[in-house]
Order: sequence, then C-alpha cells, then structure tokens
Amino acid sequence: MNTESNVLRKSAHDSETVAAASVSETQPFYWSVRRELWENRWIYVGQLVIAAVCLFGFLIHVARWLGKMRALSTTNPVEYWEINALPYNLVAAVMMGTLVLMSVFYSADALYGERRDRSILFWKSLPVSDLTTVLAKASIPLLILPFLTIAITIAMHLIMLLLSGIVLPASGVSLASWWKELSIFQMWGLLLYHILAAHALWPFPAYCWLLLVSGWARRAPLLWAALPVVAIAGLEKIVFGTSHFAAVVGRRLIGGGAPTDFTSGGMLPTGPMTHITPARFLGAPGLWIGFAVAAVFLTAAVRLRRYRDPV
Amino acid sequence: MSVIAARGLRKAFGTTVAVDSIDLRVEEGHILGLIGPNGAGKTTMLNAILGLTPYQGELTVLGRDPWSQREQLMREACFISDVAVLPRWMRISQALEYMVGVHPRFDRSKAEAFIAKTSIAQNRKVRELSKGMVVQLHLALVMAIDAKLLVLDEPTLGLDILFRKQFYDSLLNDYFDGSRTIIVTTHQVEEVQHVLTDLMFINRGRIVLSCSMEEFESRYAEVMVKPEHLAVARGLKPISERQMFGRSILLFDQVARQELTALGEVRTPSIADLFVAVLGNHAGGTQGAAR
Repeated sequence: MNTESNVLRKSAHDSETVAAASVSETQPFYWSVRRELWENRWIYVGQLVIAAVCLFGFLIHVARWLGKMRALSTTNPVEYWEINALPYNLVAAVMMGTLVLMSVFYSADALYGERRDRSILFWKSLPVSDLTTVLAKASIPLLILPFLTIAITIAMHLIMLLLSGIVLPASGVSLASWWKELSIFQMWGLLLYHILAAHALWPFPAYCWLLLVSGWARRAPLLWAALPVVAIAGLEKIVFGTSHFAAVVGRRLIGGGAPTDFTSGGMLPTGPMTHITPARFLGAPGLWIGFAVAAVFLTAAVRLRRYRDPV
Repeated sequence: MSVIAARGLRKAFGTTVAVDSIDLRVEEGHILGLIGPNGAGKTTMLNAILGLTPYQGELTVLGRDPWSQREQLMREACFISDVAVLPRWMRISQALEYMVGVHPRFDRSKAEAFIAKTSIAQNRKVRELSKGMVVQLHLALVMAIDAKLLVLDEPTLGLDILFRKQFYDSLLNDYFDGSRTIIVTTHQVEEVQHVLTDLMFINRGRIVLSCSMEEFESRYAEVMVKPEHLAVARGLKPISERQMFGRSILLFDQVARQELTALGEVRTPSIADLFVAVLGNHAGGTQGAAR
C-alpha cells in the first residue's frame, strides 16, 4: 500500500512539469479525477486485495489438480476445460463482481462524503465548476474503475499463466494443446468488451442515480437510493402482481440482461462459447434510453451540488 | 469599479429573512471587518458574495455575478469558510499539486515558503495536523493565490491566542499589499481592531453601522467620567453607559473632544464596546453580542 502511494506521488511529480504555469481548459477535469483517486484509494486497494485472494485460491487449485492431471489427459474436453481454463474465467467473474460493488459504494458516497466532512467548502473555493466535479465523479464508475478492473484481471491472468506454464509440463500435459485450448487472447477480448458494455455503459444510469442521491441525502445515501426502488417495486407487485421494475433495475445493476452477448448454458461471459453481439447492443433502445436517463440524473446532480449546503 | 457592489441584496430561508435588503460597496484595498451576533446573516451574505447561495437583488463581485459565474470568480477571489475544511485524507504535497493543477494564479513556491515558516512537515496528511496547523496550512495555500478578493469567515475559531495572532500578522505582513481586498468576520473583535480599515456591524440581516476606522476613531469616544461631572456628561446624550470599578464609562458619538476631556479620561473605545452599545440601542438586539 505504501509503495503504491509512493509510485503515485512520484508520477505526480513527473506530470507537474507538464502542468507548467498555465491552466488549460481540460486540467481541472484531470485534477478532479486525480483527486477522486487520492481520496478513494480503497477502490483500487480493495480490488488488489480481492485479486490477491483469487491468486491464492488458484495456487491451491493447481496444487490439488497437479496429481490428477495426467489421469485426465485429454479424454474429456469439458473436464479438461474446467480444470485448465475455468479458473481464468472465474477470477475474471470475481473481479467483475468486485467492480460492481466498488462502483455502487463509490457512487453512493461521491457527492455525500465531501458535504459530510465539509471539505466541499474548500473545493468550492477553487475555480472548478460543479459540472466538472460531477463529471469527474461520474467518470470513475464509467471509465476508471472498468479499465482498472480489466488491467488488474489481465495482470492476474499473466501471473496465472506463468504458474501454469511452470507446473503443467511437470504433470505431463502438452503445453501447446493447453495454450490452444485456453485461447487467452480471445478471453481478453471478451473481457474488455463485456466489462465495458455490461458493467460500465449498461448500468451507467444506475450509478448516476446513486450519484444524484449522494448529492441530496443528509445521511445514509445508499438507503435513500434504494428506498424508492423498493417502494415502486412493492407497489407494482401489490397493484399488478408483477415485478418488471425490480427486474429491470436489478438487471441494470449487475449487467445481466444487457443485449451484449449470448452465452450458452451456465457459461461465463468470457467463456469460449460466448457470441458477442455489439451491433445488437449498440442498437438497443434500452442503452440509449439509459443514457438519456443518466444525463437527466447528472444534470440534477450538478444543480444539487450548487444548491446543497454541507451536511 | 468597486470590488463588491450590492443593492437590495436579500436572502430568505422560508419565512426567516437572513439578509434583508442590504446595500453594500467595498472598494479595492480595504480590509473590512464584518461584525455581528450569531445568526445575524454574516455567513449568508458572504455565501452570496462567493456564489455559494442564490439571492435576490443586485450583486456584482469583481464585475461578475457570483451565482452564475462562481468558477470564473474563484480565479480572482478566494475564501476560507470556517476552520478545518481541508480534506482530512489529503497530503500536503497533494494539496500543492492539486492547486497548481486547477488554479492559474497559484504560486507553489510561495506556498512552500509559507509552510516552511510553520512547523508543518511537507509529507504529512491533513488528518495528522493539529487544528492550528490546518488553519496555518489553509492560510498558506490561500496566500499563495494572487487573488484580488479574500474572504475569511471565522478563520480562527477555536484556535489559541498565539495561532490567532500569527494568523493576522502574516495576513498583514505577507499578503496584504493595498491592491487586495479582504473581508473578515470574527467574534474575536479586539484582535482584528488594528488590522481593519473598515468596519461594519450587521444584525438581523441589516447593516446597523458602517464606517472607516478613521471615522470610527474620530466619531466615537469613551470617557471615564469623574463622579462630579456625571450629570453634565449624561446631558451630552451618550449612546451607552456602563460601570467599571465603581466608575461610570460613557460612550459618545460625534461629541467634540475638548468638551469630553473636561469630564474625565478620554480614549477610543474598543470595537467590542461599541458593538455592545450599538446593538443594545437597536431594538432587542443584544443577544449573543461579540465577546
């Protein structure tokens, strides 16, 4: 953790020469994003902790299967895939789950924390507009966290490859067929696509809603964000006996139900049987309606930041 | 052009009127002390000036509308609102980098020089500093901004007397240069008396007194009246009378000095005494007078 922040500070010093004397139009945004990363170190420290736990789990997995690998050989391709390639997909899935958690908790605190500790009075004494600040905060779940997750997952895969590469030959498995079976580059492509489509663009309106409530609530923003959802869902259930609203919101948040791809029977979104459908995704009305809703929420969040007093 | 010009400035919260049709003009190079009891409307007025709250009436600050142009205004104006609002997680080096990044008029070397004069170590986080150090740090950051207007709202609240004295000393010696304008509100009135060029009392959202410090010194006189002259003195219509060590102290407004010297020892009153006198005379306005 310490070396982390050292590296961060060092790189900040390097970029200072670039910053120079004059402040161009884009710099307040850049520094607002930097500020978020300084303030919310837990969003990447947390991911690194989960990553470390996953790698530990992989180590145990490898140790457990080492002896049985030879017996399996290549007779059963499904079993073979499960042992050799599934862990790669599993860690990706775990990191995606972490990403959703991080994004939810970050967004629910983003405009609340600075009001609670009154530091908003410091931020507002500087020439950074409310729009810039809100957009910088929105960029964390939309861009920063997803790309961070992709980078960490790929780094984890590299470490796992290294481990497998050392261990597999010893157990008599052909490295060439293992590599072919694994098709890691295809997996990375799917990872990139799936995280951006299903965990950044698709749930973006949900994160904007959390941002909005975090700029409004006097306490417990996550609770206030959830209450109307529960109320509407409950009302719908009682009046019409249906639960469409809860389903829509739920699917938005966990990225499920997004028309990003077809996965067959229990496969993970980075599995080899996944067929991505980017054209269908980009053409989906749900995506664009979501963006319009997100824009409304963000506009309201900017207004709230102007009007709302510190808590 | 005035630094601040307000006409009919008004702000109400529901049925409570916090600022009630204030007309105000602050010229360049002045240090204005805004004195008033708690809830007088000082902070609301300053928030309007700083673009932190919407208002009714006309208001321009450095030629801009603060509510719609806060971002541009903050390039030339700066403020310390309340103590300890610096984010606690921030490292001092991060604060400096951030300021360089977002503020076109921030001079990092100046800020570092100010910090070097204090006992604050550069690699610290704000949360590790004492309350007094946080204020010193904030002042160092603000003084390194080449701003035309600086607003200080209770900047030294809760600090010990040494920090408070240092605060105003460095503000005067290292920052103020006659082309800047400073507005300060505080309850520790006696400590800013020698710092101010202008004085304004505000109560219940209205200005009850506004004068320059020169006017203040020539207009108001406090006389420790000898007992035998008390009747004569009272005849000159003092604005207040109080007892101290068995002697009567009378405060006069615009009474010739030679008349007063005959009555007893004459001196310039403290702002605090005048404040109590002026607000005491204003209908029911004595609550929470300046300490």
